[in-house]
Parts: sequence; C-alpha cells; structure tokens
Amino acid sequence: MTSMFHWTFVPLTLGLSVLLASMEIRYAFTGNELYLKMTKFWGKLFVINFVLGVVTGITLEFQFGMNWAEYSKYAGDIFGGPLALETLLTFFLESVFIGVWIFGWEKLSKKAHAVVIALVALGATLSAFWILVANAWMQHPVGYAIRNNRIELVDFGALITNPVAWLKFGHATTSGYALAAFFVMGVSAYHLLKKNQAEFFLKSFKTGAVFALLSSALMIGIGDFHAAEVARTQPSKFAAMESVWDTGTHVAYYTFLVPDPENERNRFEGPKIPSLVSFLAFNTADAEIKGLKDFPRNERPPVHMTFWSFRLMVGIGFAMLLLSFLAVLYTYRKTLERHPRFLMLLILSILLPYLGGQLGWIVAEVGRQPWIVYGIMKTSQGISTNVSTAQVYTSFIGLGLLYTSLAVIDIYLLTKFAKKGPDKDVSVFLKTTSEHTR
Amino acid sequence: MELQNIWFIIWASLWVVYFLLDGFVLGAGMLYPFLAKDSHDKKILLKTIGPVWDGNEVWLIMVGAGTFAVFPAAYALLFSYLYPVFLLLLFALIVRGVSIEFREELFVRGWRKTWDGVFVLSSFLPAFLFGVLFGNLFLGLPFDAIGYHGSFLRLLNGYSLLMGALFVLLFLVHGSLYASLKITGPLTHTALHTARRIWIPLVAVMAIVLVLTSFTTRLGDSYRTSYALITVPLLAVLALIAIRMFLAAKKPFMAFVSSSAVILFFMTSGFIGLFPNLIPSSIDASHNLTAYNASASPYALKIMLITSFIFFPLVIGYTIWAYYVFRERIKAEEVSDETSSGY
Repeated sequence: MTSMFHWTFVPLTLGLSVLLASMEIRYAFTGNELYLKMTKFWGKLFVINFVLGVVTGITLEFQFGMNWAEYSKYAGDIFGGPLALETLLTFFLESVFIGVWIFGWEKLSKKAHAVVIALVALGATLSAFWILVANAWMQHPVGYAIRNNRIELVDFGALITNPVAWLKFGHATTSGYALAAFFVMGVSAYHLLKKNQAEFFLKSFKTGAVFALLSSALMIGIGDFHAAEVARTQPSKFAAMESVWDTGTHVAYYTFLVPDPENERNRFEGPKIPSLVSFLAFNTADAEIKGLKDFPRNERPPVHMTFWSFRLMVGIGFAMLLLSFLAVLYTYRKTLERHPRFLMLLILSILLPYLGGQLGWIVAEVGRQPWIVYGIMKTSQGISTNVSTAQVYTSFIGLGLLYTSLAVIDIYLLTKFAKKGPDKDVSVFLKTTSEHTR
Repeated sequence: MELQNIWFIIWASLWVVYFLLDGFVLGAGMLYPFLAKDSHDKKILLKTIGPVWDGNEVWLIMVGAGTFAVFPAAYALLFSYLYPVFLLLLFALIVRGVSIEFREELFVRGWRKTWDGVFVLSSFLPAFLFGVLFGNLFLGLPFDAIGYHGSFLRLLNGYSLLMGALFVLLFLVHGSLYASLKITGPLTHTALHTARRIWIPLVAVMAIVLVLTSFTTRLGDSYRTSYALITVPLLAVLALIAIRMFLAAKKPFMAFVSSSAVILFFMTSGFIGLFPNLIPSSIDASHNLTAYNASASPYALKIMLITSFIFFPLVIGYTIWAYYVFRERIKAEEVSDETSSGY
C-alpha cells in the first residue's frame, strides 16, 4: 500500500517541523543568529522533504476509492470521517502556512514567522492523529453499528477516544520525532567529522541528541503500552508477534526463537525468561495468553513476518535509545570530537529509525491480516470488484516506479544539501540574514 | 432543509472553490514558458504561484476526503469507475508538485527545457481531465444493477473532450489574468494580451458546450422545475463577456473577478443540473447515485456538518490572511538570477 511510501517521507516532515519550530522560537526570543542559521539550513532540507509527503498524501486520499471501493462503501460512514477531518483541520493548516513560511521571511516579523512554523508543526502532528484514528479503528473497531448493510458511526466520542488511536499516535509521533532527531544528529556528525563549521553543527547535534533521547525513551515507553493494548484488542496479532502457539498462563519469553507455522510450534527456542510475556501483556504472570492454535488457520496472520518485524523493531528501538544516550553524554562532557567512530556510526544510524518505522507498520498491518477491519471484514472482501486486475497492476507498478524515483530524488537532494552545509547556501536560500530585522 | 441537501451544496462549493483557486495555478502553469522571454521571467511567474499552490491543492484533497465521509457510496463508485482518469490525474498532480519545487535544484542547463515541458504538461493534464470528468458526470456513466459497463475510451467522447477543452481555455484565461495582477513591467502586458487572445476560442467553445449540454444531457430537467434558475448560466455568459469589456477598459482586477465569476456560475449551473444526482446513470435513471441514496448516516452527516461550520471559516480566514501577506506584486529585482532562489 501507498501508506508505506507515505511513511518514508512523512516522519521526517513531522519531526523536523517540530525541531524547526523549537529552533526558530529560540531565535525569535533570544535573537541569536546561530539559531536563525540553523532554522534556515534544516528548513531547506525540511522543504525538500515536505513536498513529497504532500504529493503522496493526495494519493492516499484517492486510493481508498480506487482500489478499496468495497471497503470504502461498507465502512466509509465511519472511516471517511477522520480522513475528512484530517484534511479540514490539518492539511489546510500545514499547506497554507508552509507557503507563508517559505516565502514570508521578508513579509513577517520574527515572532510571527516563528509562530507560522509552529503552526505547521501543529498541523503535521495533528494530521498524524487523525490518520491514526482511522487506522486504529481498523485495528480495534469502536463506536459503530452494523446497519443498512454497512458499518455506521454511532458514537463519535468513542471513535476519537479509542485507546488504540492514542497509543498509536503517541508511538508514531515520538518515532517521527526520533527519526528527525537522528537525521539531524547524523548530518551534524558528518560535518563534525569533516571539521566543518564546528560551532553550528555542535549546537545542531546537541539539539538533535537531546530530542532523540527524549523521543526514543517515550517511543519505547508508549510502545510497551501499545503492545499490551494489542494483547487485549487483537490477540491473534499479539500471539504472532511473540510466536505463542499454546494458550496458557505464565507464558515465557524466549530471548531467541524461530517460528515454525506449518507445524504450529517453534523450531528452536533459546534461553527463556519465565512468565515475561504474560507479565508484559497484562502486568501479571498469571495472565492467560491465547495461543495461535486457538485461532482457525485462516484467521492467523503471517507469523514469520509479524514475529521477525516485531523483534527487529524492538531491537532497533533499544539501539536508538542507547545511541542517543551516548550522544547526549558525549555532548555534555564535550568529548564528542574524540569519538570519530561513534560519529561515523551515527551517520549510518540515520537509517535505523526509517527501518524501525517500516517494520512497525508491517507489524501493524500484516499482523492484522486476514482482517481489513479486525474481526469484522476480511481484506479480500474490501477490494474493488469493478476494477480489473490489469488496472491494479498498472497503477501498482506505475505508482511504484514513480514513488521510487521520488524517493531517489528526495535522497539525492537531501544528501546534496545536507553535505553542502549552511553558509554558502544560506545567503541564496531566502537571501535574508542580516536585513531580517523588521 | 434536509442534511443531504445541505451537503450537496457544500460538496458543490468545495469543487467550485478548488477550481477557482487551482484554476489559476494550472492556467499559469500551462502558460509560463510562453509568457516568459527568459529564465528570469519564468522565475517571476513561478513565484506568483509558489506560496499558494500547495494550499490550493488541499481543496481537491478536501473534495476527495469530503466525498468519502459524506457520500461514501459515491466516493467508492466514482473513483473505481473512473480509475484511469484518477490515476492519470494523480500522476500529473504528483509530477506538478515536484516540478514546482525542484525545478531549480534538479535539472541544470540542458534539462531545464525538458523540465518546463513537464510542468506545462502536468498543469495541462489535470485541467483537461477535470473537464472530461465533469463532461462524463453531466452525461451520466453507464452503470446499472449489474455494475459498470464503461471503458476508458468511452470516457473520451466528443462532449467530454469539448468540456476538457473548455476547462483548459477557461483556466488559461483565469491564470493569465491572475499572473497579470501579481507582476510588474512589460510581462504584465504580455499576460493581458494572452488573456485577450485566448478569450476568443473560449467564447466559441463555451457556446458549443452550452448548446450541447442543453440538447444531449439531462441537466435541463432541473431547469424545467423552475425557470428562474436559468439566470445562473446566463450570469456565466455575462461574466464571460465582462472579461473582455474589463480588459478593454484596462481593469485587469475586474477582469479576474469576472473570470472567477465564469467559473463560479458555470460550475453552479452544472451542479444545479445534476441535483440531486451525484453520479447519474446514463442507462438506467433508477440507479442514479443521489445525495440521498449515497449519503452517510444522519449522525455522521451531523458530526461532519458541525465540524465544518467551526473549521471552514477558520481555514478560509487564514487562507485570506496568507493571500494578504503576499498581496504585493512581485518586483523584477526581487528575484535573483542565481539558481535555487525562492527557497
């Protein structure tokens, strides 16, 4: 689905908008030119990425009708609402103010201009909320009734207070913030290694590191609650995430295992921590975990994909926490330059949160299979019936190619401007540094 | 008034606002390499749409998402029946967005011409396809209880192609008038001159479309219920004439207001003709998708209406503010000749 491509562009937009807002607000209140320079340099990278998030967003809005017509008809009453509200409440906010922000340096006062980027950040964050309300409803349907041959909304309050939506929102936004923070750290690390503009990049690095540590910690914390919620609301997904076959209490956590779905068991099980799975899910070792064997075969998600994605995602999450902790530590001890290998590692680590985010979506979406709406509608029932397979393939391949080239362009431009560094560029980019005093 | 009727009006208004706003962006996008005599001019012209295109396009997303929320059945059928049209539209809109933003950064030297061509094409295609889309909506789509019997080629019938041409010409005039208001110097005259020249074929195509619409579509039925409604298409025609008169009187702002009025009244006439149908069937009128049989539940409609009443004024408010911030014309010396200006 397009959502995966969308999520490659969007989290950087989301996180960078918040980082930018914090930089520019500090500039507006302190008048320190360094913050202005930071805003402009990182802002350039932000703008490049923003466009791609917007254009893939349109696709997402159209595709439900094009490829998922049956689903749209059946669940549109409840599913369309959050999408419409996302557009009304947040896309307008983001898109109108991003234009003002890019072109408005000379037209607005310092503080007004900082408020504008803060509004963009607000829009980006809230838009994540609405789209996740829609997604969470597919994971854990609430506030609905099946009437008139379709699913109808009966309780809007329940829809937007869906605990799954809030947990997803917390988990996804903090992961987006962490992603942007790792991006800033990685790019800064590159320049610090090159001994290029040390003051500028040390300051950027510090902002990134603190932000990365806070958001990684929150991301993991909320993720833990989220997984526990999954155990309650989507037991088949949870069982696949941990590869639990037999129902029981005191379910142990295996530090290493290889699932064997054909024979409904695990082929290899490493050292175990007794009762940990039960405890993680329900905070008590006595809790019962429903095993995969208790679900009919055709209602089990693909175990390998769900399990490995989940394991790997968790591993990446903890690696991010450790890296950002070290980054903060070295920054405050002012010993960053003495650890070139660590800086090198951080450049590579830009990819970590990207990978983690994709894996997270695999767990969420593949783990929900065979359901499109958990427990109510199967994915096979949701696709368009009047669209030929050839059309779907054409669009799939066409959009795939287009997105891939967009991603290539995005990476090429981001790398180009990230490597170039500020200063040389800032004078041209919006060509306002000193005259910007109004 | 029933909720469904209110939503039909809002739905129609969303389309109108989108065409009013993106109409001039698409028009200016098709025209800019022809108006400009050098790359400096091109940059000026691009800067007239740079700050606003993004927000304008959101109105289209709003149409899509709004249809989904309020008329889910119509959303599902429209987008899946007209799959190839929307796919092309998506490609064009994506490429356009990217080319507006990355034109400067991506293709240096020899590539710039190609890039201009891509931008013109990706501005032309949506304009044309929206015309084809509404042409087919006015005619009705071939579907009944069994399903859809159309094909992509059948969508490209004479009437719809003519509608496509109408949209392109209308947006060209609208776009060149908009551009003329945002720039200074000789470029302004070029823009106004272009508007004057394109106005002639626009009038011709508009006349044919209006005649064909009254003979070949069922849109006339609505007008037979109340003849007073005919004032709306008449106003569209008057506004069309007004464009030329204001151009002759050297009042470009009023000419732009008139071209906006043409879009407003022409689209409104179309929606009056459609009402209460969202997607009429060309073979069996009993299967028409209407605002009544395709709508979401009353509860969902009410929730969406309340949020709309709160947030649309807000959106309109800050959109007007954004236009106010960029109210000044773009001066030639503001735009530098260096690459990657503007961002």
